[in-house]
Amino acid sequence: MMQAALSTVGVPRGESAGLWTLAWRRFCRDRVGLASFLIVVFFFGMMLASGLHLIARDWSEEVGVNYAPPTFMGTAIPDRTAPVAPDSSGSKSTRESEIRQPGEGGGIDIADPLADVLAEIRAEFSGATAETGKAPTLVFGGDRWGRDVLKKAIKGTETSMFVGLAAAVLAAFLATVFGALAGYYGGWIDDLFNWFYSVFTSIPYLLLILAIAAVLNQKGTLTVILILGFTGWTGIFRLVRAEYLKHKVREYIQAADAIGASHARRMFVHILPNVSHVILVQLSLHVVLFIKSEVVLSFLGFGVGVDTVSWGSMLNEAQNELILGYWWQLVAATIAMALLVTGFSLFTDALRDALDPKLK
Amino acid sequence: MTSVNSADTLISIRDLRVDFRLDRTTISQAVRGISFDIPVNSTVALVGESGSGKSVTALAILGLLPRENATVPAGSQILYGGRNLLALAPGELQKLRGADISMIFQEPMSSLNPVFTVGFQLTEVLTKHLGMTGRQARSRALEILREVGIPEPETRIDAYPFQLSGGQQQRAMIAIAIACEPKLLIADEPTTALDVTIQKQILELIAALQKRLRMSVLFITHDLVLVGEIADYVVVMREGEIKEQGRVEQIFEAPRDAYTRALLLCRPQLERRPRRLPVIDDFMKPGPLAGGSLEERSRGLRGDEEIILEARHLGKSFYSREGLFGKREFKAVRDVSFKLARGKTLGIVGESGSGKTTVALTLLRLRGESSGEALFDGKDLLSIPQQETMPYKRRIQIVFQNPYASLNPRFTIGQLLMEPLQVHGIGSNESERRDRVYKLLEEVGLPEVSFFKYPHEFSGGQRQRIAIARCLTMKPDVLICDEAVSALDVSIQAQILNLLQDLQDEHHMSYIFIWHDLAVVKYMADQVMVMNEGEVVEVANSDDIYRNPQHPYTKKLLSSIPRGWRGARAH
Repeated sequence: MMQAALSTVGVPRGESAGLWTLAWRRFCRDRVGLASFLIVVFFFGMMLASGLHLIARDWSEEVGVNYAPPTFMGTAIPDRTAPVAPDSSGSKSTRESEIRQPGEGGGIDIADPLADVLAEIRAEFSGATAETGKAPTLVFGGDRWGRDVLKKAIKGTETSMFVGLAAAVLAAFLATVFGALAGYYGGWIDDLFNWFYSVFTSIPYLLLILAIAAVLNQKGTLTVILILGFTGWTGIFRLVRAEYLKHKVREYIQAADAIGASHARRMFVHILPNVSHVILVQLSLHVVLFIKSEVVLSFLGFGVGVDTVSWGSMLNEAQNELILGYWWQLVAATIAMALLVTGFSLFTDALRDALDPKLK
Repeated sequence: MTSVNSADTLISIRDLRVDFRLDRTTISQAVRGISFDIPVNSTVALVGESGSGKSVTALAILGLLPRENATVPAGSQILYGGRNLLALAPGELQKLRGADISMIFQEPMSSLNPVFTVGFQLTEVLTKHLGMTGRQARSRALEILREVGIPEPETRIDAYPFQLSGGQQQRAMIAIAIACEPKLLIADEPTTALDVTIQKQILELIAALQKRLRMSVLFITHDLVLVGEIADYVVVMREGEIKEQGRVEQIFEAPRDAYTRALLLCRPQLERRPRRLPVIDDFMKPGPLAGGSLEERSRGLRGDEEIILEARHLGKSFYSREGLFGKREFKAVRDVSFKLARGKTLGIVGESGSGKTTVALTLLRLRGESSGEALFDGKDLLSIPQQETMPYKRRIQIVFQNPYASLNPRFTIGQLLMEPLQVHGIGSNESERRDRVYKLLEEVGLPEVSFFKYPHEFSGGQRQRIAIARCLTMKPDVLICDEAVSALDVSIQAQILNLLQDLQDEHHMSYIFIWHDLAVVKYMADQVMVMNEGEVVEVANSDDIYRNPQHPYTKKLLSSIPRGWRGARAH
């Protein structure tokens, strides 16, 4: 699978071991790299399956009672979460017990003074229609509206990973084109791109992100991708430019010039495969970076819209829930994110080792 | 060595084996059980092609073999002063290194630390190994620098390596190596990266130091002829084994092994010009030598040949920025004019910095703006607009110096050779082009399967064949060889030179043959142009220039050619 993925990036393979094949063999020798690669592949599969509506299609359906606890927790829940008391007599009665509880408890707990009122209102609104047939517990708990946190996490993975990947691809693409032009031609073209680069990097990162978000003025996945892609190309640009500066004076480029290869051919057919390892490693580093940035953006409220879910929006919701003791949404998003980010980082390290050998 | 008794032996190597682990299953035997002695106060030359295990042997003596993948099987011994160096503790070995045994490397620029002055690096050795104080060390350092012939040592001692020329850097390296008056100096190809005139100076310096300090020298090189002048004993290695060892006069006068004979004869000689250079394989095959090799080839121009390329007053300047707005002009090439006849070879000789490569790159317009004219079929190559250069590009081609750098590592050989055909639209379809490429591969002596391989799977000589084949795809009229074989061993050089000669005989191409070594140029060229500091010093038919050099610089170059054992004794 990896091999197939790589060969599309690099050169078409002949009948003998090319540099990509050698890199793949080196990669296979790295156990940590291979394990992290499997994690990344697993997440990829999850993203694709979710994107194709094979899994977690019904994530937004309110299948459980609100704040339904994880199934493995059973009854071991603070009393306040009593809506899921293992009493099968129907949720109407449990809700009533919940309403009565604060009063009966004699004020030992510091309770939300509005909780009773809100619950009452909610009970009135949803009363007879929705409450029936809702599961008291869910596999990894439910959120405020009783949506399955596990499915939410899967759907969030799709959004966050897609945002990270797409933004990284966009940033790497911009950086490669800019870096190739600047490094290859030099002179005033180089000056122009360097000036552009300096302007971008002189603005504080978050300020820049917020400024672009304000200009685009609409929430949504695409906006987040554009924001991250347009702000994130600078680091890759510098590396690509440096590589092009180094390679354009190499003898094999002079040889290509001597046989009459055009500038574009020299830039993208000859040099690009030779610097692609740098771009590839940077690309995967930026995937991790952008996944984290998306979380920050969503957390700040500039992220994906309310109708989509991402790890960032889950964490955003979780900050209120945590005070109430509903920890599962936070844990689900954190585990998914930690697993992918760690896996991807280790994968990137292994990739760099494999692609950047001391081979001449 | 047979004639040396044990009292005179400094180091004796007994059944040395070194294995390199390439990966989990593959082990390469770099050195396969060699034995030889290094006598006191003498020079031993270790000669062999790349991959023969000569540098590995030197590293084994110093205990510098890479720990991760090199193993020395039990039974190997390197005896020095009654102790086996291979069994010494790392700490004790370190005390020996630099003090008793020291080494100089091929590339002086990369062996000197660029951020420290020469003086610092020299005094460091003195204070560390001899326990001198700072002041003592500095005055001793000055003495040593004077001894190795660095001019104005009082100012040069505070110079950084980049402020010294290549020859001075190598002298500084030697100064550091002999600072503690070692008993053994190992010189690993110390002159390969240097110009011929500098090479001669360094060789003379090492020989003089050896006599004055009464030390032993282990001189490692791929060029047997080179060591004839300075060595007392010669050890010839091939593929990790010793082919022959003996006193220098025996090796040169009566070589017993066929391989030694081959090494001696495959380097072009000034006196003779056979139709083909003998190569190693000719000697290794049983039976008599191929008969044609004794026939001489005549060279030179009569003056009525058709001229294909004429350069008139070529000039090329480089500018460096100085101050805010100023720039300084450096004239790399000044007023160079020459004529190239169809089917003949023009040799350009000069040391590094003489502008010979710049001339070549200017002709191909690979170096930007330049002055003068280059008439090719009546058209000035330097002034036609960029868009119209394509038909001329395919008619002038260049083979670069370094075959490791001139082939794109991510292209297969097939892609490399098909590209010029595609770019210039030669051949009507892909399969026709592929057939052409297969034919060319055969012509340069490579198997058909090479088509699918990548450059890293080939040796230097094979890569240079690929580079030549790439030029031939376009059937050029003029082929420029810019030091095209200088990165290769002497024996491989002979093969490539033969190939170039065969191709010229067959396709009637004109060559511009750029080289720093007059002996090779005399063998290849009809006409020789000597360049120095961007200017043409002398142009003449090749036989004339050797018989009767006019310019003092040409004479100096001629006298720097290594003459081997006989040449050295003839002085």
